[in-house]
Amino acid sequence: MSRQSNRATDSKKMNSELFTLTYGALVTQLCKDYENDEEVNKQLDKMGYNIGVRLIEDFLARSSVGRCHDFRETADVIAKVAFKMYLGITPSVTNWSPAGDEFSLILESNPLVDFVELPDNHNNLVYSSLLCGVLRGALEMVQMAVDVRFAQDTLRGDNVTEIRMKFIKRIEENMPAGDE
Amino acid sequence: MADDALFEFLHMEIVSHVYKEHATREDIDRERVTCVSTLEAMGFRVGQGLIERFTKDCPSFKDDLDVMKFLCKDFWSTVFKKQIDNLRTNHQGTYVLQDNKFSLLTQFSSGKQYLEEAPKYLAFSCGMIRGALSNLGLEGVVTAEVSIMPSCKFQVVIQKL
Repeated sequence: MSRQSNRATDSKKMNSELFTLTYGALVTQLCKDYENDEEVNKQLDKMGYNIGVRLIEDFLARSSVGRCHDFRETADVIAKVAFKMYLGITPSVTNWSPAGDEFSLILESNPLVDFVELPDNHNNLVYSSLLCGVLRGALEMVQMAVDVRFAQDTLRGDNVTEIRMKFIKRIEENMPAGDE
Repeated sequence: MADDALFEFLHMEIVSHVYKEHATREDIDRERVTCVSTLEAMGFRVGQGLIERFTKDCPSFKDDLDVMKFLCKDFWSTVFKKQIDNLRTNHQGTYVLQDNKFSLLTQFSSGKQYLEEAPKYLAFSCGMIRGALSNLGLEGVVTAEVSIMPSCKFQVVIQKL
């Protein structure tokens, strides 16, 4: 690994801000295009799905993780490898359901919401909905159907951001779904 | 710290979304103009925001050429991972920035394939440049031109007030 100079860290920070600002511009545009927050959430989720189905290839190419043997391993890979690689954070994996098919990712900080405040007339907006779609799309490409939603959100007053992921079923091998 | 790839994926998806949306709303003739201006406007806001953060601790610029050089070196390296390869000017407010390997076009093709699709993916970047200039005190018009990918030229015309 090359030594990190000040320039490099500044540069990385700027890229993070580039992504955050672009995401903010996108959400703003969607709020203008659609009348209600539910529609915006849906659109963000759809876009996230389209990104996720491509991102998984980038992820598999750059990390050297092999096939996961169970959902617990999947959870660990998502939290410790994927989130670290793409967002530079490592959420903790907690709140496993007794059946082992549902867990929570707790994010102390969420890079997407740097500089963001929700105005009063958008109480139903789940700002980071894109993340749900990304996770859903990426896992679908590795034959797992999951349900992803936000259980807690710092933008809406909670202390942490909590993403709840539930395993639904294993998908049979078939051609990848097209863009929605 | 978000990864570089994330921005590229997000950008691709935004372009795709804007075009899909407008195709279902406006009639086909106006589709091109509206989509490009939407993308450009989004880029504008992002460019403004980025420059604010970026130049917090920088001394002020001597003149327009200094601003353009900053754009070509520091701004471009941060946002597009490399510097502008060639800057030309007529010293009367028009600048041409040439990037021989524009990072948002490298995945497209290395020649003329998909040339007609390229402008869609340059609109956002044009907006970013315009936004950056705006917050550095310069009003300009930014257009992009591609003849052989992944090389492209951004033309900036500074409006004298």
